Amino acid sequence: MSKKQMTGARMVVEALKDQGVEVVFGYPGGAVLPIYDEIFQQNRIRHVLVRHEQGAVHAAEGYARSTGKPGVVLVTSGPGATNAVTGLTDALLDSIPIVVLTGQVPTFMIGTDGFQEADTVGITRPCTKHNWLVKETDRLAPVLHEAFHVAVSGRPGPVLVDIPKDVQFATGTYVSPKDTKTSHYAPRTKGDADMVRALVEAIEGAKRPVFYTGGGVINSGPKASRLLRELVDTTGFPITSTLMGLGAYPASGKGWLGMLGMHGLYEANLAMHDCDLMINVGARFDDRITGRIQDFSPNSVKAHIDIDPSSINKVIHVEMPIIGDVASVLEDVLAVWKERGSRVNGKALKDWWKQIAEWKAIDCLKFRQEGKTIKPQHAVQRLEALTKDHPDRYICTEVGQHQMWAAQYMDFDEPNRWMTSGGLGTMGYGFPASIGVQMAHPDALVINVAGEASWLMNMQEMGTAIQYRLPVKQFILNNERLGMVRQWQELLHGERYSHSWSEALPDFVKLAEAFGAKGIRIDDPADLDEGIREMLAYDGPVIVDCLVEKHENCFPMIPSGKPHNEMILGENADTRNAIKEGGAVLV
Amino acid sequence: MSALKIKKGSSSHSAYDLRDPNVQTVERHTLAVIVANEAGVLARVIGLFSGRGYNIESLTVAEVDHEGHRSRITVVTTGTPSVIEQIKAQLGRIVPVHEVHDLTTEGPAVERELALFKVSGKGERRVEALRLADIFRANVVDSTLESFVFEVTGTSEKIDAFADLMRPLGLDEMARTGIAALSRGKSGL
Ligand SMILES: Cc1cc2nc3c(=O)[nH]c(=O)nc-3n(C[C@H](O)[C@H](O)[C@H](O)COP(=O)(O)OP(=O)(O)OC[C@H]3O[C@@H](n4cnc5c(N)ncnc54)[C@H](O)[C@@H]3O)c2cc1C
Ligand SMILES: Cc1ncc(C[n+]2csc(CCOP(=O)(O)OP(=O)(O)O)c2C)c(N)n1
Repeated sequence: MSKKQMTGARMVVEALKDQGVEVVFGYPGGAVLPIYDEIFQQNRIRHVLVRHEQGAVHAAEGYARSTGKPGVVLVTSGPGATNAVTGLTDALLDSIPIVVLTGQVPTFMIGTDGFQEADTVGITRPCTKHNWLVKETDRLAPVLHEAFHVAVSGRPGPVLVDIPKDVQFATGTYVSPKDTKTSHYAPRTKGDADMVRALVEAIEGAKRPVFYTGGGVINSGPKASRLLRELVDTTGFPITSTLMGLGAYPASGKGWLGMLGMHGLYEANLAMHDCDLMINVGARFDDRITGRIQDFSPNSVKAHIDIDPSSINKVIHVEMPIIGDVASVLEDVLAVWKERGSRVNGKALKDWWKQIAEWKAIDCLKFRQEGKTIKPQHAVQRLEALTKDHPDRYICTEVGQHQMWAAQYMDFDEPNRWMTSGGLGTMGYGFPASIGVQMAHPDALVINVAGEASWLMNMQEMGTAIQYRLPVKQFILNNERLGMVRQWQELLHGERYSHSWSEALPDFVKLAEAFGAKGIRIDDPADLDEGIREMLAYDGPVIVDCLVEKHENCFPMIPSGKPHNEMILGENADTRNAIKEGGAVLV
Repeated sequence: MSALKIKKGSSSHSAYDLRDPNVQTVERHTLAVIVANEAGVLARVIGLFSGRGYNIESLTVAEVDHEGHRSRITVVTTGTPSVIEQIKAQLGRIVPVHEVHDLTTEGPAVERELALFKVSGKGERRVEALRLADIFRANVVDSTLESFVFEVTGTSEKIDAFADLMRPLGLDEMARTGIAALSRGKSGL
């Protein structure tokens, strides 16, 4: 038994070490000074001083998503804690495991409107998976260990531990993780055997099957991706993924249809609409996917593998719910399917793929790069071409059109290499996330594909990138517009562009230089490759200000509330022969 | 039946949801939620209902296991079958929630509520109030020459009925506990 007497502040550092934490993203203040003092006196845990607490949380998210380990944040009471709220909500919606430690006024001052007092557990209760206020130093170590357990178990998510300053100063007993009483929190991971068999039977007979996979595969870990690949490739079924699941199945794989949903590929959405068997693996029927609920894939039998019972039948009713961890369930499915002879309906599948090929022929992502203005799609395509062979590439994004173009035009062959804010759609996520990723992978190529408006929301983190020599590449598609908002105004509000452009943008090259980074401006398609190469060659943080077409729209698009087969295609899609009865409404 | 013959829209094979999801009728369910009695747990449960727009008709809570620090929350809610399923699933994923039981579907249950009524009046009205209280097996727990406090236990309907009768007889004030419920029979949760 390792039971040692120490201060609460020391316990925090001890618990982080015992939990295998390497990096903490944080920002000090009065209510966490004892913990910062302990951090000062040790070398095991690195602390990254961000420039805003929101940045700390997104950095921790980037760290977590790119490693599969929980990200850790340390901030002070009051404003430190409230600044973390957006990041917590982001992590909650995207199921990202992070542990946020906040300082609090001393226990005897709680409730007195003390200096920098906020009801942190009250404020963050709806935006954490769970949170704790620790009022006794003896409770601190067990709560911290439990916090890590809850963050990573079942459906991962953010947790918060609020630690009053007197609890940090007082001495108590530290218990190690293995001496801590086991938690009652143990979500079920093994799928129901009857349901697994039902799914296998459905797989054997399906004529028009499709795998619809999501972030849950990434959450489940590398084994889940491996098993998914095996199942998809051996059945020969087509597969599409949500924004959150990109990379779980390789974009170079033979079953790959591309992303689905509002800005997903035509072939992926029509396969979803017309399928007779939908196998949802770790996705949550988000409204960017389903469109109008009544018309969502009307003729299919649906299976849903999800670790969170509340995801089942929340939005779409399914015939085969399988509550469990993706890796565990897929392992069972593969075992039963093989044992029964690895059968599929080969002939029907052939026809299905023929149909899919016709949809593919529309080439829904086609665009024309002409003239002197860079098309944003072209910029992303060149970025992809010039970086895809990099052995260790990570892509982050901000939120908006550029995010969708990155999802459409960049390919991911491995999980954990794509960091984006999907559920909350938090502008300002990408830059700090890229810092978190680079901290975890110092030698990797980390690129944040950004829009200028989003990027400005957390631009203060340039200071962090410089201070920690993090060579993050900020690739800004600068349309001088809140592009995604402008697109909606164009399509839905009679082109009345109410407050969707910025009139006072900074000179991004000078901005980079002001921080001590490199700035590159690209405004001619002819200079694009050279500019990207220059960015890649520079050993340090770079801001690329890539001036692009201002009024480009992101297509294809399913207008919200419409069914999948009413997709709007871009004007350049090749629609000559392919659209059949019940097909798309074209712009 | 082969799993492949599952009819579209049918949930008869589902291990988790046995009712027709398309039914839109609103049902009333009594849920027993066993929670760790820790700070904020009630706020979590209530926050879930308000945050997701679910109804609470009645809610009672008290510690029922002092050694194990377990509290029992009895909540009466209304919703379509699919909403009720969501409520249970959402409750179940709150970390300090240990068990969620739907007393409405898990076999017969008894539901009781306790209420206190202050009724004031003189003369015939006072006699009538006392006579009705007797019929309802109410206890008199306080009295002055001009008032009674009655204690009534029973189903919510019984308490509603008693309140209706007392109103014309001088009902001044009433306090209700909300519903406590247990499944019938030998086995416990
Ligand atoms: C501007 C914008 C446009 C967007 N457009 C699109 C679009 O066109 N297409 C698109 O797909 N998305 C789009 N999104 C993202 C969208 O909002 C959702 O975030 C996304 O679709 C959700 O992905 P998901 O279903 O994979 O769920 P996630 O949020 O990743 O949820 C994962 C699911 O898996 C479950 N799970 C977690 N761990 C496990 C495990 N170990 N085992 C089993 N299950 C597990 C969880 O319980 C949950 O149900 C857009 C976002 C923005 C900001
Ligand atoms: C914090 C926040 N505020 C507002 C929005 C709404 N919003 C979504 S996309 C967008 C515009 C983003 O502009 P930019 O970053 O330049 O990217 P673009 O769409 O032009 O590629 C806005 C304002 C949001 N998602 N997040």
